[in-house]
Amino acid sequence: MNEIDREVLRFLQGDLPLSSRPFAGLARQLGIDEKEILARINRLSDAGYLRRVGAILRHQQAGFSSNAMVAWRVRPEDAERSGDLLAQFGEVSHCYLREVPKDFPYNLFTMVHASSEESLQSTIQSMARQSGLDDYVVLKSCRELKKVSMEYI
Amino acid sequence: MTGKKLAALDAHILNALQGDFPISVAPFADLAVNLGISEDELLERIQALKDQGLIRRIGGVLDARTLGFYSTLCACQIPNADIDRVAALINQERGVTHNYVRDHVLNIWFTLTASSREEADKIISRLEKEAGTIIYSLPATRVFKIRVRFPLQVEGEKEYE
Repeated sequence: MNEIDREVLRFLQGDLPLSSRPFAGLARQLGIDEKEILARINRLSDAGYLRRVGAILRHQQAGFSSNAMVAWRVRPEDAERSGDLLAQFGEVSHCYLREVPKDFPYNLFTMVHASSEESLQSTIQSMARQSGLDDYVVLKSCRELKKVSMEYI
Repeated sequence: MTGKKLAALDAHILNALQGDFPISVAPFADLAVNLGISEDELLERIQALKDQGLIRRIGGVLDARTLGFYSTLCACQIPNADIDRVAALINQERGVTHNYVRDHVLNIWFTLTASSREEADKIISRLEKEAGTIIYSLPATRVFKIRVRFPLQVEGEKEYE
């Protein structure tokens, strides 16, 4: 990754201009043509620096009004199977195994999103049923204190 | 759905924008063709969806790990009366991107991204001193899924995911 790639990533951390040629301004600024920028974006995607390009929604406003972080207590030998299983739920956006402190033994984390409280609860119940995990905590957010996109570069 | 239902066209637009966004010289024109509308109409609709707060931004999602960053989820227990003060301290950190009050004994949960584990630990120790509390760090040891796309269902159509 060179300095031009870093400029491209820095640009993509922001909000694309809503215009016919959203990369034209950046191309002018960097003194290269738009095709070169597109090629670099594709290379940065292939190399894994970019997970995706597209719209980032405020999902609550888009209708996913009931959301919860659900943490499950799973034995190390069952973690792989349970993680794979819970990750398959369409309502689950994130599924991570985490290192946890002794007094919080819930080590498998899932973010669950639904359009209503009923549908959230029934999703969590079927996650529990299908995984056989019966020890879990539902951590609903009561208040958002901060939510921004990370500026890496 | 919150409040009024999303118009079918808006749902299609949001799904298209979250899907395979064309990496092309004129991506909105390309998307408009697939949606069967004009580029001008698409740009107008996107602006309206931004104004309504549904779209935070259109851009890239960078991968913290590939870029060499370390990230972790942190949790602590703060008395209700002290939440605003502690939240202000935590939120000052550039690497803190998400911070929520949650209904648990551990009531403050935030994500922290830093250049290394050492750097993250340093920030956490400093916050512990300033906030006067223990802060747990729960780094991920295995990622099963990251999908920050929200497929919107259009009435009468099948969910595609």
